[in-house]
Amino acid sequence: MLTKRIIACLDVDAGRVVKGVQFLNLRDAGDPAELAAAHSAAGADEIVLLDIAATAEKRKTLLATVRQTARQLFIPFTVGGGIRSLEDASAVFDAGADKVSLNSAALSDPALITRIAERFGSQAAIVAIDAKRVNGGTHYEAFAKGGRTPTGRDARVWAIEAESRGAGEILLTSMDRDGTGAGFDCELTRSISTSVRIPVIASGGAGSASHFAEVFRDGQADAALAASILHYGTTKLKDLKQELAAAGIPMRWPC
Amino acid sequence: MTIAIVDYGAGNLTSVKKAFDWLGHPSVITSDPEVVRAAEKVVVPGVGHFAATASLDHRGLRQAIESAVQRGRPLLGICLGMQWLFASSSEATDVAGLGIFAGECVHFPAGVKSPHVGWNQLQRRGNSRILAHLPPESFVYFTHSYRVPLVEQTVATCEYGGAFSAVVERENVFGVQFHPEKSGHAGLHLLENFCALPC
Repeated sequence: MLTKRIIACLDVDAGRVVKGVQFLNLRDAGDPAELAAAHSAAGADEIVLLDIAATAEKRKTLLATVRQTARQLFIPFTVGGGIRSLEDASAVFDAGADKVSLNSAALSDPALITRIAERFGSQAAIVAIDAKRVNGGTHYEAFAKGGRTPTGRDARVWAIEAESRGAGEILLTSMDRDGTGAGFDCELTRSISTSVRIPVIASGGAGSASHFAEVFRDGQADAALAASILHYGTTKLKDLKQELAAAGIPMRWPC
Repeated sequence: MTIAIVDYGAGNLTSVKKAFDWLGHPSVITSDPEVVRAAEKVVVPGVGHFAATASLDHRGLRQAIESAVQRGRPLLGICLGMQWLFASSSEATDVAGLGIFAGECVHFPAGVKSPHVGWNQLQRRGNSRILAHLPPESFVYFTHSYRVPLVEQTVATCEYGGAFSAVVERENVFGVQFHPEKSGHAGLHLLENFCALPC
């Protein structure tokens, strides 16, 4: 049976992971390569590295970071943040990424999704959507620039367009839930997941194992992103997957 | 003498090369038929549309691969490369596969999400050299929209909207629908088995 994926997310700035990690017992908790390898060994099904660097100067180190992280990683590896052109994407693939995650650049230039999908395959093109409830909660709007800029686009409509332009997966973040630990937005996730045929990765709001079970069952997510829940030592990946397997969610287990 | 990773413009081959590097086996990414002819072993990877395999014909690579197979050189097709080992695909009916395995690749049925993306389990069927010493129900990473039928030479199946061939094996020719280079220990183990084959 196809399992539900738990994807470990690393936020990286100037070559360093910027969120704290207490549980992994690493020599250097800020080293992306070491952290990615540790997550992989602990049972992560996939690794996402998001470059949150604000300046071009800091971004120069990204390719070196990707290369170093990819060298010892033999599970799928996605890189996102600041990829604006086919050339940016090519450089990241050459450095060892398997997929790129596009956000603002796809919103301002949707044809970029098609260009990347035609050259590297749809499986390599993830479109990330930052969605926020608007109009008193009646629908969801897609936001650009790290959630700072409203686009006026309905998140569901944008997801359908992204699929038609060649996206292979949707990485869906609930801005309302992000960082709250209050649980994923299952309503948002289900609305997108039932509207497209490509896999949907839920993100934002994870605070406990039961939140993951809810978003897989009620939200019909195909995968879920685990970021701060892993970084702050509240939950270990192994325990999380064990708990989900016990709850009847198909997991890659034993890892 | 090395492993030739055939580059015919279908996707990014860095990760396949990286896995062989990690295992300590020399490999080269090439689109030169002479390099393929001279290689000890041949890998045809690839992702994307079946039509992309037409460039194997245009570049003279089909003949080089056929020649390698005739001389008993081990050949491994990965994902689209595995589909190409079959006769044809409904994705591009005007493009001929290598035809080492009979049958046509077809799209997943309506009713399951497509592409099939993620970790799924192998079910072993019969003896296999490429799967030697792998745990019987290993999890491996798939990403594909078309699948190959079950054939006599199927040595592992996978279940998604019905059973399909995950691994086929005929003499020294092997095909895997998943990505061994992205399948953790199980995948590296399979690649090591391939490297260890006599040629």
